[in-house]
Amino acid sequence: MVTDQRPHSIEMRNITKTFGRAKALKDVSFELRKGEVHALMGENGAGKSTLMKILQGAYHADAGEILVDGTPVQIASPSDAMKAGIGMVFQEFSLIPTLTVAQNVFLTHEHLGRLGLVDDREAERRAAAVFAEMDVEVDPGAEVSRLSTAYWQLTEIAKALAQEAGVLIMDEPTASLAKSEAEALFALIGRLKASGISIIYISHRMDEIYRIADRITVLRDGRHVLTDDLAALTPTQVIAAIVGRSIDTRLEERETQQHEGAPILQVKNLWSGSRVRDVSFTLHRGEILGLAGLMGSGRTELARVLFGVDRLDSGTIEIDDVPVTISHPSEAIEHGLALVPEDRRLQGLAMTHSVEANLMLPLLDEVRTAGFLSVRRLAARARELIRRFAVQVTNPSTTVSRLSGGNQQKVVIGKWIGTDPRVLVMDEPTAGVDIGTKTEIMRELRALADEGKGVVFISSELPELLAVSDRILVLRNGEVVTSLARAEIANEEALQLAIQGA
Amino acid sequence: MESAADLRGKAATALRLHDWRQNIIYIGFLAVFVFFAVTQSDSGFLSTGNLLNVFRQTASVAVMAVAMTFVIAAAEIDLSVGAVAGLASVVAALAMPHGTILGVLAGLGVGLLVGVVNGSLVSLLKVPSFLVTLGMLGLISGFARFITDSKPVPIQDATFNLMFGGGDLGPIPGLMVWALVFVAAGTVVMNRTKFGRQVLATGASETAARFTGVKTMRIKFQVLVMSGTAAAVAGLLYAGRLQSGRFQWGTGDELLVIAAVILGGTSLFGGRGRVVGTLFGSLLISLVNNGLILAGLDVAEQQMVRGAIIVAAVALSREK
Repeated sequence: MVTDQRPHSIEMRNITKTFGRAKALKDVSFELRKGEVHALMGENGAGKSTLMKILQGAYHADAGEILVDGTPVQIASPSDAMKAGIGMVFQEFSLIPTLTVAQNVFLTHEHLGRLGLVDDREAERRAAAVFAEMDVEVDPGAEVSRLSTAYWQLTEIAKALAQEAGVLIMDEPTASLAKSEAEALFALIGRLKASGISIIYISHRMDEIYRIADRITVLRDGRHVLTDDLAALTPTQVIAAIVGRSIDTRLEERETQQHEGAPILQVKNLWSGSRVRDVSFTLHRGEILGLAGLMGSGRTELARVLFGVDRLDSGTIEIDDVPVTISHPSEAIEHGLALVPEDRRLQGLAMTHSVEANLMLPLLDEVRTAGFLSVRRLAARARELIRRFAVQVTNPSTTVSRLSGGNQQKVVIGKWIGTDPRVLVMDEPTAGVDIGTKTEIMRELRALADEGKGVVFISSELPELLAVSDRILVLRNGEVVTSLARAEIANEEALQLAIQGA
Repeated sequence: MESAADLRGKAATALRLHDWRQNIIYIGFLAVFVFFAVTQSDSGFLSTGNLLNVFRQTASVAVMAVAMTFVIAAAEIDLSVGAVAGLASVVAALAMPHGTILGVLAGLGVGLLVGVVNGSLVSLLKVPSFLVTLGMLGLISGFARFITDSKPVPIQDATFNLMFGGGDLGPIPGLMVWALVFVAAGTVVMNRTKFGRQVLATGASETAARFTGVKTMRIKFQVLVMSGTAAAVAGLLYAGRLQSGRFQWGTGDELLVIAAVILGGTSLFGGRGRVVGTLFGSLLISLVNNGLILAGLDVAEQQMVRGAIIVAAVALSREK
């Protein structure tokens, strides 16, 4: 499928990297063999991203060396990495939405025709050839912004392959894919591997790792903990290596309750856009209602319309039996709603602002006297929230963009818990966070329900949904297909079947 | 009890405050001041009269720049401020014969009205503020010219000229008092009010702010109204100082105002706003003007040097 001129093996030896006084990586070695899929795991902040950024030339290691096909190389910039044949499939996509697929694939090394002008038609022909090699169907002339996430990813992969990358780094590539799209990606990974391309696969999802990876390396606190064939390890051993202690892999199941009285949120015949179609449900005090469904099933859109982000076309929302109109998030907040949104970096946080500024944004009224904010009370309240959620930050004035994904999510959840909401809607709160934080989020969710709050919990991870939900609403194409009490669902497979509509 | 971690955090904050890039405006201000003090001491740069004059000339720009700090911190822009100042001076001058208060109110009303129009177009119709205010800049200066037939309108109202121009408060020029009042109020509003925080949040991430319940459209409306009104005050200050209303007053000020704001450490991309920095940014620009005039440079040379200094300062103060 591809020529064998590409570099294939990578060795990173004794890499050390320090930021200020914090050691991000201590003497870490990592080896990627020709044609293997190598899983890289570790909690957020373990050093995975730092190690990969060094490999891509975004950071420079303080000590250690990098060998490509046995030859030491200097990777001082992303273009050096590209020359060494290392390509990255970004978790946050690096495509230009207003350009076509082909223009993106050949960005910065456009094919020039006569007179030195860019030849888009040739680019489209060549992009089509790359997609043909990958054995996927993508229209090279389509504008990227019009395509779904799965196609963005394929375009990213094609971009790396077109630059003769022999090594691909995939960071949480399935995070935003539907199950069928993820399957297609796994098949593609298999084909890439067969053609001799090596892949570093970063993921928090254990089942994926076992499916596609040959070997695994685990980092913890900036140190190398383990490298081995996956076949030689049980999931329990892998998790123990990640968290540094032996823990039960199964999520502790919450004792479910029947909630008959006191409906806290009633939604009747809700319509909004094309993704929320005649949705009705009731949420009771102290209940955790799971929302299951594929990407695009309308889960997120339902959350958005409840919170006043999107417009409601028709239907009613009642809180404590009182009909309410919610046309802006500020009104939702007044009615005691809170939303932990799907995309924490875009919707949840002002990334350039401090932890304190983010935590306190919805709570400014609390610390005002005669119209003026009390700096002392702002700081005190922020510190209280930081402690309650064990956000790992030495100083509330730290910029949130410097925190790990898990800690960022704790800040988002913290600011909403601070408002003491009656109904909390959480949209994929555990996406891209480490196992330790995930456990804490699940525990917090249960604690909130036990306090008598209503919780709407959206998740693509079925074990999570099953572990905490009292009831699960299954959505498909914007409609509620079924509402199941937890006791009615035998196991994960049964729920998966309901979601897929088989 | 403070934990060791807290103390370490405080130490880190203190260190960051000393990060020279954040405070380049103060360093730059001092450097320029010392430079002119040494080279132009014979021309009377350091005389009280000259320094107070620098302050007087800064007042209008500083007043507009304080409001512009909010606009830019909210990730918007207002290019119409200079034109609004000109129109406000003209309208105030035309209304002044009917009474001092009426004149002042007419001038302020013009700024408020333009602000409301700018704000409505941006927040209701979602037209980018760059386009709205660029169009408004042309429309307003044309209108100011039209109603005065391009002629200056003298103001004979002594009370007005004293209050908005040549008057003093003790030893301090009234124009300086105006600028300082605006800076003080702006500092408090930016740093110590809910509104200020919401402006910064809107500028840092409009989406995240909206998802957190901030009425981002209202914030944008409010900052543009503030800016229009402040520009009218600046126009009155021009009118008072020059004892006339004229369509040229304030022409081109929008660029100085924006430069002053950015020099002061406010992020051009929103989310960070420094009102005190803005004052020093405004003063720096006036100081450079004043020093170059004393140094005997002609207008063309002044323009070039001023441009170079602004580019250098902004490049240095940019975040890495």
